[in-house]
Amino acid sequence: MNDRGYYGRFGGAYIPEILYATIEELTAVFEACRNDPAFWEEYKNIMSTYSCRPTPLTFAENLTAHFGGARIYIKREDLNHTGAHKANNVMGQGLLVKRMGKTRVIAETGAGQHGVATATMAARFGFDCTIYMGEVDVVRQRPNVFWMERLGAEVIPVRVGTRILKDAINEAFRDWVSNMDDTHYVLGTACGPHPFPEMVTYFQSIIGEEIKMQAMAAEGKLPNRIYACVGGGSNAMGAFHAFLDNPVDLIGVEAGGRGLESGRHASRLASKDGNIGVAQGYKTFFLQNSDGQMKETHSVAAGLDYVGVSPILSDLKERGRVRFEAATDKEVIDAMSLTIRKEGVIPALESAHAFVQAFKDAPALPKDDIIVINQSGRGDKDIFTIADAFDDPSWKAFIKTKAEEYNA
Amino acid sequence: MLKSYIEQRLRDKNILLMTHIVIGYPSFDASYKIIEAMVTAGVDLIELQIPFSEPIADGPVILRANQESLAAGTRVADCIAFAGKVTRTFDVPFLFMTYYNILFKYGVDRFVADSADRGIQGMIVPDLPPEEGSEYLTAMNRHSLSPVYIYTPMTSDTRMKKLAEYGRGFMYCVARKGVTGKDTDFSDTLDQYLARCRKASDLPLALGFGVKNRDDISFLTGKADIAVIGTEMIRLIDNSGVDAIIPFIRELR
Repeated sequence: MNDRGYYGRFGGAYIPEILYATIEELTAVFEACRNDPAFWEEYKNIMSTYSCRPTPLTFAENLTAHFGGARIYIKREDLNHTGAHKANNVMGQGLLVKRMGKTRVIAETGAGQHGVATATMAARFGFDCTIYMGEVDVVRQRPNVFWMERLGAEVIPVRVGTRILKDAINEAFRDWVSNMDDTHYVLGTACGPHPFPEMVTYFQSIIGEEIKMQAMAAEGKLPNRIYACVGGGSNAMGAFHAFLDNPVDLIGVEAGGRGLESGRHASRLASKDGNIGVAQGYKTFFLQNSDGQMKETHSVAAGLDYVGVSPILSDLKERGRVRFEAATDKEVIDAMSLTIRKEGVIPALESAHAFVQAFKDAPALPKDDIIVINQSGRGDKDIFTIADAFDDPSWKAFIKTKAEEYNA
Repeated sequence: MLKSYIEQRLRDKNILLMTHIVIGYPSFDASYKIIEAMVTAGVDLIELQIPFSEPIADGPVILRANQESLAAGTRVADCIAFAGKVTRTFDVPFLFMTYYNILFKYGVDRFVADSADRGIQGMIVPDLPPEEGSEYLTAMNRHSLSPVYIYTPMTSDTRMKKLAEYGRGFMYCVARKGVTGKDTDFSDTLDQYLARCRKASDLPLALGFGVKNRDDISFLTGKADIAVIGTEMIRLIDNSGVDAIIPFIRELR
């Protein structure tokens, strides 16, 4: 990682001149905090008293018996406050905002988890808060919009472009270039211009640090493999970072949507459709046409439905350090259903992508191998999407009754 | 060279006008007619924006023009061919404005070579700071095109000096924070900012973002060398059609 934020040939800071001073300031404050041992202690303290760190590493005994191969563990990021790993990044950036003396935060959100986490942090620290969310995602994730508004945030539906996550990021940048004096942009994933990929990874790396200690405590050795879903890549970088120099296989699972051959997916690294480009401030693999115009993406999981991917992951792919796979929408629903029944935990649709690949691999692995699946978030937020996927008749009847109550 | 053209032109005029279009919006035919009207009305330079799907520095009006042009099927190769057509026909300097991915995917050197071949004289690439632009700068230098860099009110004096080392043709001074198409407060603060720009660079100064009428341009006369009309041209054409261009521009100075 050099000073300009390059990872191999990916990353950089392709920013409009207006943001130059703001990014310089952010980089300086981040560097100062990272070099201050008291800062990490302050961060861990807030994560253990306000969120639920360390989150448990749960042995999935029934799934292990079901597949008859490797011992399956689940890292429970769903037990963070607000129900996802997003809290790690958001609380960390919140501490930086306090140091910079800014009073307003803005963020993009896809699934709504990062938006809710940011709104929570803003409420706790007393910041004003604006969340940009693609109009399509507002519809998909309405309960999260409700919570963001209850938490005091203004939620602005983005009606331009493809009206999903990337468009929300563009709108957040447009706000930031207008209001950087008092406003910090809490980018939600390990993407965007330097220092965001490195900074978000730094805060999320607490996941892998804990996995390391918990695996040693439970099994007396490191895991053989770690699985994480990959949208922008923040939970994957968080789970992987501590193991980059260890003999641990790292597997990132992207959204295969309707299948990699269908063109309706969000798989930048596992499919042949991704190629290198520069947008949203950084260089990485994007889903784009030969002119460099970004394509529409598709996933059942709003949080994975993104056109780019962390430049750090692009580099790790090129170096062969991380293997990338894709899971289709249908496989995701099946894996989620099985996990709920067997273990009584409810992974988010995003996280369920990681379960798909782990379930494919587990039966063929030795019984004393340990695999860890990062359950990046909880699935109850997805109740509308999941109920539709299961075509649940009693849920539909309930919604109809509820609608009639409102009409009365 | 762009700089000497501007300096020569300034001997006859107090302030020059640079206008902007998004190529292919609302259509290629319309783009051509718009340029024809601009030249007839006496515009001094024209900025041709190649549409991009993620134009982060642009506000809603130019953003929509980008999207509609792309939705109508505009390709980068069409834009380069269009540039060749207008530079052959009209005797004003044309610049490309676009985002870096367009150059990157086309091949930076090939893009600059083809642009030079079609008579383009300079480029504005707002998401490519000089730190990321060594391949671009080498190509621009090799083909004698002017890379135009951007000053903003947030840019420090030190940074301005540094950007002046890389810039050719003119410096594009953004009048305020924010994206294109919002109002600008033409006041003493803007005066002081332009004085800071003048001190940092020997190049002519263009002032853009929020310039939209005769009052704005008379405020800028004597302080900036070029006034840039971007969003306001698109608004005018959306509301009043191509026929409104000539009277609008003639009224400006």
